[in-house]
Amino acid sequence: MGTVALHLSGAVKRYGDRVVLDGLDLDVARDERLVVLGPSGSGKSTLLRVLAGLEVLDAGELSRPDGQGAATATVFQQPLLLPWLDVAANVRLGGRYRANRDRFSDVRAGELLELFGLADLAGSLPAQLSGGQAQRVAIARAMAVGPDILLLDEPFSALDPATRQHLRAWLRDTATRLRLTIVLVTHDVDEAVYLGSTITALDGAGATAGSWANPTTPEHDDLVAHPLRAELLASYRSQVGARGTAPAAAG
Amino acid sequence: MTTAPEIDRHPVPTRSRGTRELLAPTVGITVTVLLWWFATTVLVPRESLLAAFAPQRALPAVVDLAVRGVLLEDIVTSLWRLLVGLLVAAVLGIAVGLAVGSVGWLDSATRPVFQFLRMVSPLSLAPVAIGVFGIGHRPVYFLVAAGAVWPVVMNTVAGVRSVDPGFVLAARSLGATSAEVLTSVVLPAIRPHVLTGLRLALGIGWVVLVPAEMLGVTSGLGYEILNSRDQLAYDGVMAVILVIGLLGYLLDALARRLLRGDRRA
Repeated sequence: MGTVALHLSGAVKRYGDRVVLDGLDLDVARDERLVVLGPSGSGKSTLLRVLAGLEVLDAGELSRPDGQGAATATVFQQPLLLPWLDVAANVRLGGRYRANRDRFSDVRAGELLELFGLADLAGSLPAQLSGGQAQRVAIARAMAVGPDILLLDEPFSALDPATRQHLRAWLRDTATRLRLTIVLVTHDVDEAVYLGSTITALDGAGATAGSWANPTTPEHDDLVAHPLRAELLASYRSQVGARGTAPAAAG
Repeated sequence: MTTAPEIDRHPVPTRSRGTRELLAPTVGITVTVLLWWFATTVLVPRESLLAAFAPQRALPAVVDLAVRGVLLEDIVTSLWRLLVGLLVAAVLGIAVGLAVGSVGWLDSATRPVFQFLRMVSPLSLAPVAIGVFGIGHRPVYFLVAAGAVWPVVMNTVAGVRSVDPGFVLAARSLGATSAEVLTSVVLPAIRPHVLTGLRLALGIGWVVLVPAEMLGVTSGLGYEILNSRDQLAYDGVMAVILVIGLLGYLLDALARRLLRGDRRA
């Protein structure tokens, strides 16, 4: 596990009267696959947007302790491909922005298309893609700007189960091969155990409930018997129970 | 506004489909011309003023105007005024539409004002236009633009409103500045809406142009109608009306072709 690339301390984020993040601390270590686990409404999407710099904190601080660059790119639940651009142009979208002038490389964008098995689809429009293909294009688009950290917001939850399982395996494999630092948020315990090298659970009240190291890389069939799964599910149940008595916060 | 004939969706042998597609419009035009002839030649006495509007008098009058060189000059002048007016309407309409569509309170603030202005016929502004811009091309530019700007504004606003906020979020997550979001997401996304607005603007501009040319100018198709009337050449009046209709038809067909809301850039 590498040095800490992003550090969030005492993060507070409110929307009106609703406190979504309440003094949350989080470390994103380099080369790890950090999965943030929490039920819907626990503030995990907000947390990811804070890490992406798309939300300004009401209190607390986002820092880059190891100073080695912490540029992020985000993949959302929906692919959000621009429908008037073909696959190749969508992947190169970030190259049109000044912020990526030094990081984006056209050659790399072409390589990503090859690497992600999208070369044959380069001239297709998003409307012609399957859900799984579109989400792979979205990941390629994020990767093409050469981020230090790839942020993923429930990227597979809108896909059918078979595609979801396939893309999880593909993502873990790709992340390992390319030594990516990723932060993925999900409400799915199995996805967390399968993908995460570190798993952090949110407590449902705007802070973290605990963090687990997961040195294993289990197969999908082994997830049911995985020791971490029971532990995470227990933590999950306690906060879902707690949320039953407290007003739920969406986010 | 005319509508294009529906494309036949059933596979029919080419020859019979081509014939059928041409048949109905041909019949329609023929019947119209016959009715026109009937109303102006059979129904009215020969010495009536209306008799001058008959097709057998108006069509030679078109040729006569063309031979005298008046027609081409008037057409060029009118088209030029239409173009300038439309350009002003397009630039102004897109800019205002982008601002109003992106800022919520601006929409609420301008809505009643725009709805009011939109329903004021541009021609009622003619005295103002002539008072401000004097005599010549400029009041005509103004009146065409004043009529044509609203569909551009309204359609641009509707376009901006319908931009998927997710696309904007995706662009921002890739580091786009506001200006870059505008050029890479908003402008391409609203393109079909803006093109629709421009087509409607063309129709309104053309309709406003002719009466606008009856005020304070001495050239153009609108002026030519008054000029022919003043010479008691009613066949000339009808000839210019025919030219106006035909040009409008061609302009609309051209706009349909050029401004098709094709999503591929």
